[in-house]
Amino acid sequence: MSTVAWITARGLFGRRRVLLLLPLPLLLVGLALLCRAYDVNPAEWGTPVLVGLGLAVMLPVITLIVGTGVLGSEVDDGTIVHILTKPLPRRDIILAKLGVAIGVSAVTSAVPLFVAGALADSVRLGLGLAAAAAVGACAYAAFFLLLSLLTRRPVLLGLVYILVWEGLLGRFVSGTRVLSIEQYVITIADKIAPTGILEARVSPTVSLVMTVIFVVGCTLAAVDRLRSFSMAGETS
Amino acid sequence: MTTVQLENVSRWYGNVVAVNDISMTLEPGVTGLLGPNGAGKTTVLHMMAGFLSPSRGTVTVDGSPTWRNPGVYRQLGLVAEREAVHGFLTAREFVRASAKMQKLPDPAAAAEQALHMVEMTDAADRRIETYSKGMRQRTRVAAALVHNPQVLLLDEPFNGMDPRQRMHMMGLLHELGDRGHTVLFSSHILEEVEQVSGTVQVIVAGRLAASGDYRKIRRLMTNRPHVFAVQSSDDRRLAVALIGEKSVSGVEIDPAGLTVRASDYGSFTRALPRIAIDEGIRLRKLLPSDESLESVFSYLLEA
Repeated sequence: MSTVAWITARGLFGRRRVLLLLPLPLLLVGLALLCRAYDVNPAEWGTPVLVGLGLAVMLPVITLIVGTGVLGSEVDDGTIVHILTKPLPRRDIILAKLGVAIGVSAVTSAVPLFVAGALADSVRLGLGLAAAAAVGACAYAAFFLLLSLLTRRPVLLGLVYILVWEGLLGRFVSGTRVLSIEQYVITIADKIAPTGILEARVSPTVSLVMTVIFVVGCTLAAVDRLRSFSMAGETS
Repeated sequence: MTTVQLENVSRWYGNVVAVNDISMTLEPGVTGLLGPNGAGKTTVLHMMAGFLSPSRGTVTVDGSPTWRNPGVYRQLGLVAEREAVHGFLTAREFVRASAKMQKLPDPAAAAEQALHMVEMTDAADRRIETYSKGMRQRTRVAAALVHNPQVLLLDEPFNGMDPRQRMHMMGLLHELGDRGHTVLFSSHILEEVEQVSGTVQVIVAGRLAASGDYRKIRRLMTNRPHVFAVQSSDDRRLAVALIGEKSVSGVEIDPAGLTVRASDYGSFTRALPRIAIDEGIRLRKLLPSDESLESVFSYLLEA
């Protein structure tokens, strides 16, 4: 593990913010267990719990917390300067931080989705959801990492993307789905484990190509942005 | 020998000009960066450290631009004004992480040496968040020094330090300067600058108001009378003799001796011994009393 990744992981798990990662996975698994215990038909609860809560809320929100936490917090409190005053290629810094963000988000999201998918239908659905969540974590993490270098309010903008772009516009304006990571995740999960619970609205090719574009494009933009990182001077 | 060079550097934010056409060269030794609040000191320091692009002009370290050039940090260390450290790490972990990121051959030994230099060895295993402000500052200095950089930039480095720590830090900066490092530090406390460095860069309203040894700068201000404190075996008789001297513009007598205002530094210092000999007066004390950095700084601000 690189020193940057080590500091990033220590910082992430050393802040109270990490506790925010727990409620949504617990809620997802709890609801799935409850439905299973009361023998509710998976056709009735599968879509709202797995898609509505798991893929549309839990995965992006967890990745938002982690993705903005690995860099945005350091930019906010100024500790990023400690890392930037080293002769490290900015690419290495971004890749180390992105690696931590993807790893933590993917594990935190994929495990509960696997459990809930297995309870709802089959182990195959669980695996499909977990794999798709890992792919989605890559795209979301790259996007939110870039946001934390573009704006001082990455969490707010990230929430706007999740709630307004994906949650609202994605439902009513079909064209917006091409730029919706949630839709790529649903399509990939559905391709691995086709069930009636998941309804793919974009093609698998579009999903994969757009995921790659999100990851590569956002990473390159973040590297370039970090190269030009500025500290404000006194102007008053 | 490493030099930092600013050539016709300006920096503006929208319509606000923070730094206006500054050229300066920093050579090995300790240099103080002085200026009132908002003068542009931090902007200049950030441009030197590669954290701000000049709107116009160039900032280089040994000919290499500092902006978008991470390689420059092999020979440059920065202690920024903002007290930002990873509080969840211990000082030893923090400084060792710096050494690793610098890719030093023996990070552990380099970290120990840097911690020793700032007298932080004993507390090095405590988390930084438990430290006082001065200890945090020293830890940051250790992290900036761990790779023995040729250029060290410090923004208000004495903030939060107690007098003993301050003396130690001043000694450390002196030592680095004597060893051929190029050290630049900003401070708004004139006594600090005066004690650490004779060479200053004074920035007023975004412009370089003066540059060099502040005593020499003072002597170049020929439009301001030079003030001397003089004590002799017969102050009153000396005062009478001095008032007839062309280069003397005023003499005050007080219980501690004479306060003499001279319009020409050179003429007065040559004339005084001659007058004393002619009058048979023994000189006991002769001190230029407005050659302090504070006087020079206030004259520059008034100009």
